[in-house]
Amino acid sequence: MLMERLLSLESWKRGLWTIVRLVLIIGLSFVILYPIIQKISTSIKDKADMYSPIVVFIPEHFTLDNFKQAITIMDYWKTLVNTIGLSTMTTILTAVSCAFAGYAFARLKFKGSNLLFAGVILTILVPPTTILIPIYMNLKDFTLLGLVPLLTGGKSINLLDSYWPFILTSITANSLKAGLYIFIFRQFFRGIPKEVEEAAYIDGAGIGSTFLRIMLPNATPSIITVLLFSFVWQWNDSFFTTTYLTSSKVMSTQLTSLPYNLQIMLEGGATTNKDPFFMSMVQDTGILLAILPLVILYLFVQRYFVESIERTGIVG
Amino acid sequence: MKPIAKRLFRSRTYNEQKALWGFMYVLPWLLGFLFFFLIPLLYSLQYSLSEIEANANGMTIKFIGFENFKEALTVNTSFNRILTESVIDMVVNVPLIVIFSLFLAVLLNQKFVGRGIARSIFFLPVILASGVIANLEAESLVQAINEQNATGGVFTTGTMELMTIMLNSGMNEDIVMYLMDAVERIYQIVSQSGVQILIFLAGIQTISPQLYEASKIEGATGYEAFWKITFPMVSPLILVNVIYTIIDSFSRNDMTTLIRETGFTSFNFGLSSAMAWIYFLVIMIILLISTYIISKRVFYQE
Repeated sequence: MLMERLLSLESWKRGLWTIVRLVLIIGLSFVILYPIIQKISTSIKDKADMYSPIVVFIPEHFTLDNFKQAITIMDYWKTLVNTIGLSTMTTILTAVSCAFAGYAFARLKFKGSNLLFAGVILTILVPPTTILIPIYMNLKDFTLLGLVPLLTGGKSINLLDSYWPFILTSITANSLKAGLYIFIFRQFFRGIPKEVEEAAYIDGAGIGSTFLRIMLPNATPSIITVLLFSFVWQWNDSFFTTTYLTSSKVMSTQLTSLPYNLQIMLEGGATTNKDPFFMSMVQDTGILLAILPLVILYLFVQRYFVESIERTGIVG
Repeated sequence: MKPIAKRLFRSRTYNEQKALWGFMYVLPWLLGFLFFFLIPLLYSLQYSLSEIEANANGMTIKFIGFENFKEALTVNTSFNRILTESVIDMVVNVPLIVIFSLFLAVLLNQKFVGRGIARSIFFLPVILASGVIANLEAESLVQAINEQNATGGVFTTGTMELMTIMLNSGMNEDIVMYLMDAVERIYQIVSQSGVQILIFLAGIQTISPQLYEASKIEGATGYEAFWKITFPMVSPLILVNVIYTIIDSFSRNDMTTLIRETGFTSFNFGLSSAMAWIYFLVIMIILLISTYIISKRVFYQE
């Protein structure tokens, strides 16, 4: 009797918790998805619907005008190609250089390597704003300790407004948040048993081939994590991108200047067009267009992403 | 070339080889660290202590001591305000984000129908809520209007009532205000805690299930299991998450904007660098204090 009552109380509690959990998760999911849903609904609305009190989410007059506007203003297709190119390039270069550095910090200890790793931590901790201006000056008159003027005949080169700053910083593992990636790789490589390496060495593998053929294939989860993070953050980054690139068309610079460009375009048109609501509408559509490729990418890789991060050993 | 290299390498022991290769692997990073980090950092320190004039011959740098720092702290109209605002924001948000993400990680670790979907929704902010998108979102007019419409109705009255109930039941006013603030910031918090949830979730999954089994046999409730097992086991990660949250806030606060504008719009490099250094020092102090407080309470397995 008593046992049964206890059991039922337990199951009551469990049932209640399930409901509470469900409500919480659905509610919070809604909070996360709400802005996206809102943007989608705004982007397919006609201007007339903006003022209509009846329309909340589903538009009365369905239209793709906003998309057309945003695509022309942002020069979308060209921007898309540029952004994909830039992000892919920096992502791959950063992942390679960070993997090497991370492996060295984890396993190939040399005198002072701990001190250098403290340097990695320092790069994570210092806000990028602190070094922004000197980097900017440095890239504007790039001399590399006076080596470049020797080659070009006494003139420094201006690296700004090209992809060179991105290439240089990613080859040298100092691009956006690279310290974090080195940290992730180091933690992961530390988690692989030493015996694996020793076995490879006994079988005659050198350091390089041990790393490339034994350790790297084992590190797939951390590689995926780093690739994803760095791709996404590079895509969204406006801080370095707007500093390094002034005229080139990349998603984040285009988004930053979207309101401005929109205003210029509407300047010539009829005055009724210069409606803050309409501008905001096009801007929302622009944001939607900018994140769309990321969302599509995420849909494909999210499973791998969620699984892999659990095994990366950020945690250890 | 090859035989020489071979002979060079033959004569080394395994450990020496490792050290050599280790240095080779770190070398690219080291070069980048010097050129794109350490030297700029030192320059920035120099700029912050000098007056910089750009003219036809390039730049003239004149040492003026702490004038720029003085100007930032006493003359500049917005620096103090923005600095305190971003620090307060940080102090308010960091505990909320950490607690919230721990809670969600525990929630997402439980088995229920649709867990995969829930997880992918909760990690979506990792992708969406960074950098330029978050900045632009804040400016969206349509959204602002819609939000106003939404909060004009049920939501506000609901929280108001809850607030009165909590106040009447004798809770501390500050705590109530803090919680209400948290409710109002819910989107901000949710959108900033993607990575933190991931880290906590990964941490929870490394806890061995035997611990939970044993505690269940001993008669521990889920609540007790959380405080006695889950919490101590993930406590080292709290530190990681606090640090990550603080670092993450660099990319989206007004301080960054102000420093940039001073540097690139009004071309006052000296003042801008001084501001950046003050900001850096303040962040460092916060990081040190929080590391000190947390690491005293953290449980390590070793």
